[in-house]
Amino acid sequence: MTGYILRRLASLVPVVFGVVTAVFLMAHLIPGDPVDIMLGETAQPAQKEALRKALNLDKPLGEQYLLYLEGVIRGDLGTSIRTGRPVLEEILRRFPATLELAAGSIVVALLIAFPLGIIAAVKKDTPADGASLFFSLIGLSMPNFWLGPLLILLFSIKLNLLPVAGRGGLSHLILPSLTMGLGMSAILTRLLRSSLLDEFGQDYVKTALSKGLPRRRVLLVHVMKNSMIPVLTVMGLQFGALLAGSIITEMIFSWPGIGYLTISAINNRDYPLVQGCVLFIALFYVLVNLLTDMAYGLFDPRIRYEKAE
Amino acid sequence: MRRLSEERGTLRRLLKKKSVIFGGIVCLLFLLTAIFAPLISPGDPFAQDLKGSLSPPSKEHLLGQDKLGRDVLSRIVHGSRVSIAAGLTAVTISLAIGLAVGSVAAYAGGFVDSLFMRIADVFLAFPGILLAIGMTAVLGPGLRNVIIALSIIGWVGYARIIRGQILKLRELDFVAAARAMGVPSREIILRHLLPNALSPIIIEATFGVARAIVAEAGLSFLGLGVQPPTPSWGAMINEGRFYLFVAPHITTFPGLAIMLLVMSINFLGDGLRDALDVREGGEFL
Repeated sequence: MTGYILRRLASLVPVVFGVVTAVFLMAHLIPGDPVDIMLGETAQPAQKEALRKALNLDKPLGEQYLLYLEGVIRGDLGTSIRTGRPVLEEILRRFPATLELAAGSIVVALLIAFPLGIIAAVKKDTPADGASLFFSLIGLSMPNFWLGPLLILLFSIKLNLLPVAGRGGLSHLILPSLTMGLGMSAILTRLLRSSLLDEFGQDYVKTALSKGLPRRRVLLVHVMKNSMIPVLTVMGLQFGALLAGSIITEMIFSWPGIGYLTISAINNRDYPLVQGCVLFIALFYVLVNLLTDMAYGLFDPRIRYEKAE
Repeated sequence: MRRLSEERGTLRRLLKKKSVIFGGIVCLLFLLTAIFAPLISPGDPFAQDLKGSLSPPSKEHLLGQDKLGRDVLSRIVHGSRVSIAAGLTAVTISLAIGLAVGSVAAYAGGFVDSLFMRIADVFLAFPGILLAIGMTAVLGPGLRNVIIALSIIGWVGYARIIRGQILKLRELDFVAAARAMGVPSREIILRHLLPNALSPIIIEATFGVARAIVAEAGLSFLGLGVQPPTPSWGAMINEGRFYLFVAPHITTFPGLAIMLLVMSINFLGDGLRDALDVREGGEFL
C-alpha cells in the first residue's frame, strides 16, 4: 500500500507543476496593462509603479515565473491589492465555510441518491424506477444558478421556512446544500442503480441467495459494498464540480466561502486574489482526487497491484 | 431477483425512443427560434416601458416584463441566439482542436504523445467551469471571450477520445485483414476507421453542446458573459434574482428555457449513444 501511495504522489508532481504554471500564465492573458486595469485609469503614476514592483511586473517573464513558483512553494500566493492582506490568509479564512457547504451538499446528495438508487434497481422497470429516472433527468438538467433562486422563491418567500441568504445555523445550510447537492444526487442515483444491477447478475449473489440468506441482507451487505467503487470514484470527480459550482451557489446565497471570495475578487479586479483562489481550488481538487484513488486502492486490492505493473 | 436481469424492458426502450423524438423536435424548435428570432419575437427585446416595470404575465406580455419593462418573452427568444451560438461555436472549435491534437498524439506516439497526456492531465486538474471563470475574469467579459474560454477547456475531452479511438482501432484485426485482402488504405480509413472513431466523438459533442450552453449561461449569470442590454438567459436569471419577491417570472422563464433545451439535447445524446454504440453492435469486438 505504501508503494501505491508513493507512486500516486509521484504522478502528481507534473500535474501540480502544470497547474501552477497555467495559473501563472492566466494573469498574463489580461489584455492591456494589468496595473491600469487593477487601479483604474485615474491612479497616480507613483501608485502604479509601486504596484508594478509589488507584483514583480517590472521584471522579465522568466524571472516573474521563478518568483511565483518560489512563492507558491513557500505558501506565499501574493497580497490582495484591495485588502492588503496575504492571499492565502484570505482564502484560509473563507475555507471552512466552503468545506461546510461541500459537506452539506454531499450529505444531501447521498440522502437522496441512496434510497432512490436502491429502489430504482430493486424495482427495475416499474413506475418507481420511472419516477427515479424522471427525478435524475430534472436534477441533471437544472442549472444551479436557476435552482438556487427557485428554492429561495419556494422555501424562503412562499413558505417562509428558511433564510434567504448568509451563513449561520443548520437552517442557513439547507438551501445552498440542496442547490449544489441535487445535481450530484441525480448522477449518483443513476450510477448506483446501474452499479447495483451489474452486481445482481453476479454469481456470488446467486450463491448467497441459494444459501438462504435474506434478500435484504444480501442487498445491503454484500451487493452494496461491491457497488461502492464506481460510486466513490464519481463522488470524487463530482467534488470538483461541486467546488466550481460553489462559486455560483455562494454568490446566490451570499455564503462567505471561497466561491464568494473568487467572484468578489473578479468584480474588484483583484487579480492576485483571483489567481490565488483558482490555484487553491484546483490544487484542493487534485488532492481530493488523490484521496479518492487511495480510498479505492484500499477497497479493492486489485487496483493497487494493477497500477504497479 | 430473477426480474433484475440485465434485459432492458420493452417499455423503457419505447420511452427512450419517444424521448429522442421529443428531444429532436424541441432542439429543432429552439434552433429555428434562434435563426428566425427577429421574425418570431412578439416585440422588441430592447424596448423599455418603465410603467410596466416588473409586471406579471399578461395578454400583451405573455411572460411578463422585467425591471425596465422589457418583454421577457422577446428577450428569451433573442437570448436563444446567444446560447445556441455559444454552444455550437465552442463545441466546433473544441472539436477541431481536439481532433487535430488527438490524432497527432496518437500517430506520433513517444514523446509527443506523453507530452500531450501530461498537458491533458493539467487541464483536467481544473474542476468544471473554474478555468472558464478564471479565463473570462482575466480576458474580460463578452461572448467572444466566453467562447474562447469554453473552447480552451473543451478540447481536452475530444482529444483524449480520438487518441484512444485511433490507438484502439489501429490494433484491430479487421484493419490488418482488410489490408491483407488488398482493400485500399483510403477505403479502410473512410469505410471502417472513421465511422467507428467518430461515433463516440459525435455522442460526446452532443452532450458537449448542452454543457457549453449551461456554462455560457452560468458565466453570463456571474456577469462574465454577454453584456447588457444584449439578452442572455443566464444574465436574465441573475437580473430577476433581485425581484424574486415581486416578480418571480423574470427568473423562472429563462431558466425553464435552459432546462428544456439542455434536457432535449441530452435526450438526443442518449438516443445517439444507443443507436451508435459500437459495443452493442458487436461488429468488431
